[in-house]
Amino acid sequence: MASITIRDVRKSYARMQVVHGVDLDIKSGEFVVILGPSGCGKSTLLRMIAGIEEISDGTIAIDGTVVNKLEPRERGCAMVFQNYALYPHMSVAQNIGYSLKVAGVPAAERTQRIQAVARILELEHLLDRKPMALSGGQRQRVAMGRAMIREPKVFLFDEPLSNLDAKLRVQMRSEIRKLHRRLSATSVFVTHDQVEAMTLADRLVVMNGGRVEQVGTPAQVYSRPASRFVATFVGAPAMNMLEGTVTLDGLSLLGGSRKLNVSRAGLPVGSKVAVGIRPEAVRMVAPGTPGALDATVDLVEELGAGRVVYVDLDGAPFSVVTSETVHPEPGSAIGLQFAESDLHFFSSENGSRLDVFKASVPEPAL
Amino acid sequence: MVERTPILNFFTHLILFAGFVFCVAPFVIVAIAASHNLKDVNDVPMSLLPGSDFWVNIKTAWTTAGLGPKLFNSFIMAAGVAAGKVIISALTAFSIVYFRYPGRTLIFWLIFVTLMLPLEVRIVPTYAVVANVLSPYQAIMDVTGLSWLIEKVSGVQVSLSLGLLNSYTGLIMPLIATATGTFLYRQFFLTVPDELTEAARMDGAGALRFFIDILLPLSRNNMAALGTIMFLWAWNQYLWPLLITTDQSHATAVTELKQLIPNVGGAPEWHIAMAGTLIVMLPPLIVVVLMQRWFVRGLIATEK
Repeated sequence: MASITIRDVRKSYARMQVVHGVDLDIKSGEFVVILGPSGCGKSTLLRMIAGIEEISDGTIAIDGTVVNKLEPRERGCAMVFQNYALYPHMSVAQNIGYSLKVAGVPAAERTQRIQAVARILELEHLLDRKPMALSGGQRQRVAMGRAMIREPKVFLFDEPLSNLDAKLRVQMRSEIRKLHRRLSATSVFVTHDQVEAMTLADRLVVMNGGRVEQVGTPAQVYSRPASRFVATFVGAPAMNMLEGTVTLDGLSLLGGSRKLNVSRAGLPVGSKVAVGIRPEAVRMVAPGTPGALDATVDLVEELGAGRVVYVDLDGAPFSVVTSETVHPEPGSAIGLQFAESDLHFFSSENGSRLDVFKASVPEPAL
Repeated sequence: MVERTPILNFFTHLILFAGFVFCVAPFVIVAIAASHNLKDVNDVPMSLLPGSDFWVNIKTAWTTAGLGPKLFNSFIMAAGVAAGKVIISALTAFSIVYFRYPGRTLIFWLIFVTLMLPLEVRIVPTYAVVANVLSPYQAIMDVTGLSWLIEKVSGVQVSLSLGLLNSYTGLIMPLIATATGTFLYRQFFLTVPDELTEAARMDGAGALRFFIDILLPLSRNNMAALGTIMFLWAWNQYLWPLLITTDQSHATAVTELKQLIPNVGGAPEWHIAMAGTLIVMLPPLIVVVLMQRWFVRGLIATEK
């Protein structure tokens, strides 16, 4: 168990900077998931922690020791790779035990520890097989075993589930979660899959373009996204975004075609904002209902348990998730209603969250 | 797309068969000639029905050319060259693919250039070096004035000398460096996923450990292919062994075949020469048969 302290870490390749100063504190025993689109620098960050990528600037400390110049083996990290990276010519047992062999652990102890790990991962009957003769899920477990056997201070996962089929992914997800509860080793898990991120994380780190956008629990990130990017990246379908201008009595949306009466709370009149509303927070009502926005239904996606309704709001795309037994026909008119507390406001300039519309903020006298 | 029609099948087999006959016919003729006696082998045209003197001819060839020790020499040389090439080229390719150091590209291209310089081109300087391995150092010392200095100071005249003529080392060493082998390994190493390298690093394996534990076992098909090709190549070397072995004790089988070829004015004993050829052909044939499975895999497929 170990804490990880990351201070102003940067990574550049030749003239290209891909990680721009990341600060992050990972507590001992925590399961942290780094989430971001591909190319956001999340894997690079993980590999810098592991020690297989050089740190261009800044420091990474594990348990208070700066590890910048340490070889991977000296850092006490174990890593599970996306393509498993099993040694194809070695049996499962040899794969799992290789790090011990390198470390010079006597054969008897090695066998014992391999057995112990294999028991946890239910690999005992496969120990003599070669990786080629294993299924995807089994290979995944061998890769985990190889990481576990070293009893590392830190577990690093580099999109380990992305090569599995959907069903197996869900299963392995809960196995990783169980494993973490059992070993309670500090874990850093990199993924671009938000469901994976939400379900696994104690704390979520959302990255974009080489920067950390937000750090928080999955619930915090979902309910109070710190930026427009986080708001649209986390949650499916993505949060609806409407461009608007602050007016005296609320908001003017979509170039003035729609009005929304909300408390303005301190935002200067005329400032441009983006208004976010989660598809789950929208209710469909009869068209013309006071306070609701009227729109036309474009498309309905059946999900079984509910449906996603895509509507056209004066040309702006907008989606609604509903579990009610309403079946709006494409082309029909509906009203969209939502609570003021469900609105998120972001600066149109830099996309950062504006919290002035919170209900608890008292309205200043005009 | 794979076409399967009886007519096409017939034609492809016909072409294959023609090729087969084309390749095998010379060997058949050699074998038949080796079974004739002196009179029959010189008939024009030579009878294509095998004679009855096969074993006698083999025995005569064996004793006349002293093939026993010569085959042994050939084997030592070919095996040494093959093993040397397999090891050296694995190491050079490992260095070129897995390490970043200044001059890496230059070294790579220098190796590449040697592809265009076969042994025959550099045979005179190579001979000079093998005749005295230390001569380049001597030359450097002479040019820099170092030997002059040593002579002035200590009164000893510096004259380095280490000859490798008529030795196995001299036979093998100059043939070991190989661009082909380096390329074969390089291409293979480039297909080994980076994640494997990283996993080995995470497991605590250093560069050499990774090379021995992971890379070499993975490239065993390559090694077999390269070893086989190079064994054949070295076995068939003629010019170099001829040049460097002035003493019979280190002569190779291929060069000694010459002794069986009838001289002008001598008896035209072509049946003995053919029998000797058969004997000399046999070891490489055995190697190919034994290694064939690996050999093909190493050249065409990468294990997935």
